[in-house]
Amino acid sequence: MFHGWIGSWLYLADEEFDELCFEFGLELDEITSEKEIISKEQGNEKAEGASDVVLYKIDVPANRYDLLCLEGLVRGLQVFKERIKAPVYKRVTPNGEIQKLIITEETARIRPYAVAAVLRNIKFTKDRYDSFIELQEKLHQNICRKRALVAIGTHDLDTLSGPFTYTAKRPSDIKFKPLNKTKEYTACELMNIYKTDNHLKHYLHIIENKPLFPVIYDSNGVVLSMPPIINGNHSKITVNTRNVFIECTGTDFTKAKIVLDVIVTMFSEYCENPFMVEAAEVVFPNGKSYIFPELAYRKEIVRADLINKKVGIRETPENIAKLLTRMHLKSEVIGDGNQIEIEIPPTRADVIHACDIVEDAAIAYGYNNIQMALPKTYTIANQFPLNKLTELLRYDMAAAGFTEALTFALCSQEDIADKLGLDISATKAVHISNPKTAEFQVARTTLLPGLLKTIAANRKMPLPLKLFEISDIVVKDSSRDVGARNYRHLCAVYYNKNPGFEIIHGLLDRIMQLLNVPPGEKKGGYVIKASEGAAFFPGRCAEILARGQSIGKLGVLHPDVITKFELTMPCSSLEINIEPFL
Amino acid sequence: MADGPVAEVLLRQLATADGGLDSAELAAKLGVEHQAVVGAVKSLQALGEIIEAELRSTKRWELTAEGEEIAREGSHEARVFRSIPPEGLAQSELMRLPSGKVGFSKAMSNKWIRVDKSAADGPRVFRVVDSVEDEVQRRLQLVQGGQAEKLGEKERSELRKRKLLTEVTLKTYWVSKGSAFSTSISKQETELSPEMISSGSWRDRPFKPYNFLAHGVLPDSGHLHPLLKVRTQFRQIFLEMGFTEMPTDNFIESSFWNFDALFQPQQHPARDQHDTFFLRDPAEALQLPMDYVHRVKRTHSQGGYGSQGYKYNWKLEEARKNLLRTHTTSASARALYRLAQKPFTPAKYFSIDRVFRNETLDATHLAEFHQIEGVVADHGLTLGHLMGVLREFFTKLGITQLRFKPAYNPYTEPSMEVFSYHQGLRKWVEVGNSGIFRPEMLLPMGLPENVSVIAWGLSLERPTMIKYGINNIRELVGHKVNLQMVYDSPLCRLDAEPGPPRTQGTA
Repeated sequence: MFHGWIGSWLYLADEEFDELCFEFGLELDEITSEKEIISKEQGNEKAEGASDVVLYKIDVPANRYDLLCLEGLVRGLQVFKERIKAPVYKRVTPNGEIQKLIITEETARIRPYAVAAVLRNIKFTKDRYDSFIELQEKLHQNICRKRALVAIGTHDLDTLSGPFTYTAKRPSDIKFKPLNKTKEYTACELMNIYKTDNHLKHYLHIIENKPLFPVIYDSNGVVLSMPPIINGNHSKITVNTRNVFIECTGTDFTKAKIVLDVIVTMFSEYCENPFMVEAAEVVFPNGKSYIFPELAYRKEIVRADLINKKVGIRETPENIAKLLTRMHLKSEVIGDGNQIEIEIPPTRADVIHACDIVEDAAIAYGYNNIQMALPKTYTIANQFPLNKLTELLRYDMAAAGFTEALTFALCSQEDIADKLGLDISATKAVHISNPKTAEFQVARTTLLPGLLKTIAANRKMPLPLKLFEISDIVVKDSSRDVGARNYRHLCAVYYNKNPGFEIIHGLLDRIMQLLNVPPGEKKGGYVIKASEGAAFFPGRCAEILARGQSIGKLGVLHPDVITKFELTMPCSSLEINIEPFL
Repeated sequence: MADGPVAEVLLRQLATADGGLDSAELAAKLGVEHQAVVGAVKSLQALGEIIEAELRSTKRWELTAEGEEIAREGSHEARVFRSIPPEGLAQSELMRLPSGKVGFSKAMSNKWIRVDKSAADGPRVFRVVDSVEDEVQRRLQLVQGGQAEKLGEKERSELRKRKLLTEVTLKTYWVSKGSAFSTSISKQETELSPEMISSGSWRDRPFKPYNFLAHGVLPDSGHLHPLLKVRTQFRQIFLEMGFTEMPTDNFIESSFWNFDALFQPQQHPARDQHDTFFLRDPAEALQLPMDYVHRVKRTHSQGGYGSQGYKYNWKLEEARKNLLRTHTTSASARALYRLAQKPFTPAKYFSIDRVFRNETLDATHLAEFHQIEGVVADHGLTLGHLMGVLREFFTKLGITQLRFKPAYNPYTEPSMEVFSYHQGLRKWVEVGNSGIFRPEMLLPMGLPENVSVIAWGLSLERPTMIKYGINNIRELVGHKVNLQMVYDSPLCRLDAEPGPPRTQGTA
């Protein structure tokens, strides 16, 4: 969501802007306003008095952290349109003393990494300040994985005094006045208070139940923050803050460095010396000291003909260098005239391979300007034999008067066990560890419950109901690499005022005829033998033996099964594994 | 039956009639109920073009029951007059006669009779005139004879007020000769029989015409599920394009094949509990191809093959975690890995099968859906080739207006979303996602460096819902399906179809 007329920043009309977004790989979802959003969600009355400043809802590719705020987005599009040159981001050492953050070894077990930087003499306005806060929130949700990997804290440096210490303490030993509270609380108390906070409650699990909580102090013992939960109120930044101290703590060092680079590259624009970022020193528990932000520029050399070959275009190396420069990748032709040297700025952490550079060249060239061609790849097609057999059988099942159902592969334990008179342990079912509802507890071990539920949902249809499904079931199997496997099953049910065993039996005979399996026990034939099954009415169940192995059962369903699936009529069914017939 | 006597008479009459005849007139002429003539007209009509009958409605005057009686017996006043002998009649006795009360007052006002109240044994009635003209009876007899028009408006309304006359609307037919007019009609046969064929009698017999406006009787039949009919068409398209079907009959997959092999980092949001179904039992994969696993680990954590890598601590236990596959790209990864284990030959693969997402469910999202995927592996494939293959593929679906938008997928680079112009919505809508697999995915498998693999995917449900005009996915997939919809669904012909809304223009 971006405030204000981005189009007007770029001197573009809405349609032109829409077109530019598409070309650049952004999705302009909606042009709206706060007023419009509230009125849509809560009605016109509530919307009264809300702001009607135009909002752009734009979807940004998940790996482009540099486009998450208005500053970066406008900068990116301005460079793309060749209206400005990409700025050069510089890390500068202060004339006075460098800000220092010392990490103690207690952090190792909970949140071992920290990086820091200073934005000196920044000038916020209301809009800039809001954008600064919003960017941190977006980064937290995105690359920071809801603060689990990285958490950002920004502070009014003028209220603090370095050096800073990043340590971990027992929650009862941490006591401070948190952001927007008027009184001091211990960390234990805060964890309780925030349980009901709609925003913060989602982050508590990251440190909850840990013996030590991460915490950052200044040299006077003032708490800067208790990452990844909350900052202290003391160092709170406001629109008037002139010097911002930024710390990022986390469990992923690479991502912490990227996050810091993104924040400072985006907002150093508003510093007295634009795009200059004041360095900070971080001392690790092993005594080694590093300077941040990294703001590293990396050089890659890619051959122009490789880019031409991967995209399917024929551009001169000079043109390709121009295309890449428009994508914020400053490039020039070097060496034998076919090589392009590309400078990857600290804002483009997404560029990790030449293929990323190839894509940017293609985007700048315009995907829709690329000449389409057909590959000369000559291949002979083959069907997967199991699917080929399935397709053939489906048609003949329909020709036999049965209608095809398509039911879910996931279901409740009850569906495959209790309702069929079985104990779940007897099913060999695979179990899902994180189902949101009971409907997704297990993968089905039989197709029958799905068909019975389909009948239950269609009880108003004229009788008889004749349904079938040919699809996969899943069972545990320790001979497979993942410890489970699918079997392709064929299941059919007949539901009417009479059980119709002879109809289901006749269907089996027809299926065997189609599969060219003769009746009789002789080699290769099939027979049915009286059997028992929890789901079947006693004396009305038979096992199906074909080609020397048991392939399934058929019979009249037990009245308890019929009732548990909320049905009222007699029903007979058949379920076989078709894989022996491949 | 059309061979009733009335019908025959009607046809004979019609043969000599000049232009046609009126059904009511004919009924009067034959002395039968009008309804009998109407029945004959209708049965003759059913025989085809023998007669033509035009419905006409006419108004006419008819006598009421009382009017009939008066036409027959005379008016009440006349009857009173006639019942009085020359010597007179006691009034009390006269009043007891059937027409007494009404007739007495009318006869009095007509001055036909008088009352002598001074008679010895009570009032006595005497004739005043010798004879009377019964005007009421005469008028009613005129109406009865079909000559109501001879009466004046005033006279008719007076009779109506006395409830002797009533005006009725009569529906009659004007019958004329039809194009197949004939006076001889015989009984029509309903159906051709084996006897008629063997005896040849069908040559001489008329057959009852069929009503072609009626519905036929639907055959007893089984039906294929609409989504799977669309699946069949997609398989067909891939096979027509020379793509080989990949095995996808493994819903359970390890995180390794589902994510790590695709260079999807272990902290990627898709690997979150909120998006993916992980397994409690069996919780971990038992075997992984360890040589390959090490190359994947190195690429993620340190880079290699020209890549910076993601630079994080890659964990084997994370890769072992079993899950319900979130895309069929895991099966594509397995297929490409198998391809890489032999000297390279170009390959074109496809699959259409179920995938699972632990998502929030709504009218268009279920926890499981079908993914369609196409893959081409060959030397020197370009983005232009990917677009060319997509153009051919979508043309076979009847989608010809395509546009490509840059996009981000963790395992393809470059990536492009495919958009088509939707005539109904008047905007471009996304119809698929595509890209070139990242070298960080292909090279650890052992595929040669100059081999590119292009791929694209789309869901099976979305085009099916658009094709069959279904708004709620639950009506299409799962046990809550509406079987009537399954019974009624037409053939699936993706490329040739007028009919309901489509995703694309066929310019």
